[in-house]
Amino acid sequence: MFEEVGTTIDGDMIINVGPQHPATHGVLHLVITLNGETIKKVEPHLGFIHRSIEKMCESLSYRQFIYVTSRMDYLSAHINNHACALCVEKGLQVEIPPRAQVIRVLMDELTRIASHELWWGAMAMDLGAFTPFFHAFRERESINDIMEETCGARLTMNYMVPGGVMQDLHPNFQKRTKEFLQLYKRKIHEYDELVTGNIIFQNRMKNVGYLSAEDAVSYGCSGPAARGSGVSCDIRKIYPYEIYDKLEFDEVLETAGDSFARYMIRIREMQQSIRIIEQLIDNIPEGDFQTKTKAVLKLPKGEFYTRVETARGELGVYIVSEGGTTPYRIKFRSPGFSNLSVLDHIARGSKLGDLVAMMGTLDLVIPDIDR
Amino acid sequence: MLNEELKAKITELLPAATFDEGGEWLNINIEPKDWLPLAQQLRNDNSLFFDYLFCLTCIDWKTHLTMVYHLSSTQHRHNIVVKSKLDRNNPEIETVAHIWKTAEFHEREVYEMFGVNFLHHPDLRLLILPDGWEGKNPLRKDFEDPINMIKL
Amino acid sequence: MDVTQQTTKGDFPGQIHETPGGGIVLSKLDDVINWARSNSLWPLTFATSCCGIEYMAVAGAKYDFSRFGFEVARATPRQADVIIIAGTIVNKMAPVLKRLYDQMADPKYVIAMGACAISGGPFFYNTYSVVKGADHVIPVDVYVAGCPPRPEALLHALIKLQEKIKSGLTREQIRKDKE
Repeated sequence: MFEEVGTTIDGDMIINVGPQHPATHGVLHLVITLNGETIKKVEPHLGFIHRSIEKMCESLSYRQFIYVTSRMDYLSAHINNHACALCVEKGLQVEIPPRAQVIRVLMDELTRIASHELWWGAMAMDLGAFTPFFHAFRERESINDIMEETCGARLTMNYMVPGGVMQDLHPNFQKRTKEFLQLYKRKIHEYDELVTGNIIFQNRMKNVGYLSAEDAVSYGCSGPAARGSGVSCDIRKIYPYEIYDKLEFDEVLETAGDSFARYMIRIREMQQSIRIIEQLIDNIPEGDFQTKTKAVLKLPKGEFYTRVETARGELGVYIVSEGGTTPYRIKFRSPGFSNLSVLDHIARGSKLGDLVAMMGTLDLVIPDIDR
Repeated sequence: MLNEELKAKITELLPAATFDEGGEWLNINIEPKDWLPLAQQLRNDNSLFFDYLFCLTCIDWKTHLTMVYHLSSTQHRHNIVVKSKLDRNNPEIETVAHIWKTAEFHEREVYEMFGVNFLHHPDLRLLILPDGWEGKNPLRKDFEDPINMIKL
Repeated sequence: MDVTQQTTKGDFPGQIHETPGGGIVLSKLDDVINWARSNSLWPLTFATSCCGIEYMAVAGAKYDFSRFGFEVARATPRQADVIIIAGTIVNKMAPVLKRLYDQMADPKYVIAMGACAISGGPFFYNTYSVVKGADHVIPVDVYVAGCPPRPEALLHALIKLQEKIKSGLTREQIRKDKE
């Protein structure tokens, strides 16, 4: 199973990175063939966190399987639950009340900010700086506190149900979110100067890991990894769901295609998320937070596919139903699976130290890949 | 392009294809031997230009297997679904890894979970399952594992 | 087995007599060694899934575990004392976990964090690849419940481990006493 350190006939060395490694953001085993310090081939070995979620969901009911999916890409847990709830609602053909739609979009955007913050802190830590990690976690704690008051949990909040949201917003939600935004807008400039303007970070990320637009589409990349090469693929703009077509925000694109472009996209996406939250936080409509659905849900016979934009890219949920109370087959098209397949292509010819910058900007979360 | 126009164009390219209505996207059913030429035409034709394969999976109906491909176009923004029925005892279909490079990983996953053999795949071996699980196809409906699986 | 009855909470174990020209400390060497060990445990960075994020939050500035001595989180098992299993263990990962545990030097302790490491958690039924509990692979000292456990729960577990070490009741110490 493990290829030990050895040499091939031309003097190339084969080394292992992982599965237990502080920089791989999960359990990923890479087998790298090196010539000196130049990478010749990277082969990912997956499966160290394969929890057979697709098989398990075939025996869970439509209300139960949503709870397992928030553990797949745990940094954007709300968005995963949202995708599953949308797919079940498509099958049942129910309408969601406007208050529930606005609450769902607010929670999604707060989750996107929290996920990008953790990405930023962890990536700076991989490149050698410890201070941004603590700053990032301080902001994340504020968001976690806001969510905990309403949803009851900090990380795997199972708040979205088919029909709306599980319970109403806490009365403090608006006040606390506005306070958080006031503080955060000042801090984001500080973070920009601390890390983005730093000459060491710029030299480590510019011209590293170039990905062209045709390759990005052919390898199936989505999210910031593809937008860094100029491919316009934001699901919130192209195939809008909920109320995204009524909101004003920009799709952030860069054309350089290197790691620095992917980095800048995520920083700007955080600013766009702030813009969305500001448009919605004062205009939450009154009304129901959930449409009444039956206790035991049965989807009609057929196939249903939903796509949403998580913090990492396009998540697809494909449910095949035979008319019973449990799904016949579920497939989760995870964004990390395709983003990882491009790592071999962009890493050839660069140095070993650049591999860390590339993995950081592709933003891989391994349980999302292995499901 | 709308579903009607896509239907007309696909019938022109492959008269043997049948269509399923009822979903939001056009579903096309084809034979496995027609898949590779149709895939090349879907990718290269300028009015279709399906360059983004976003989901590749397989479903086990207990009498046969069905391969499902979801395709999209970044220029024209239309989507279709292509399905193909495979024989359960000897499932084989041509690979499309040289047309859409994302298919390489996806086809490896379908190979290990369902046992479908992809002809001319550059590197067909296990991806997610541990060593020693060749031949046991966990996502098939007749998979039994009394040691590891505890049934509710 | 009550671990709290024998610990002197936070104080130096032993008696300190103030005499002119300095002081005299009377204690058992075992107690002093246990006290020193429990106050500087270095964890191994081992996080497989969601509980890893709560582990990182405990390392952050709000719930800080470096005030208990856990600050230096080593990436290599040769220099680590305690392994906090944060996340699910699957069949493919179990030999890796065993190898890491074998590479750690004595004395070593294990904390099983989260429902997945205790018993397989939400992935108990109908899965073919999950090990139903990390204690099928390595012996565990402290179990922390939760999915994921709150950071305060993990801190409670760390303090419990410290008390266990000071009272001499971890698996390591019981095994050594029997030899």
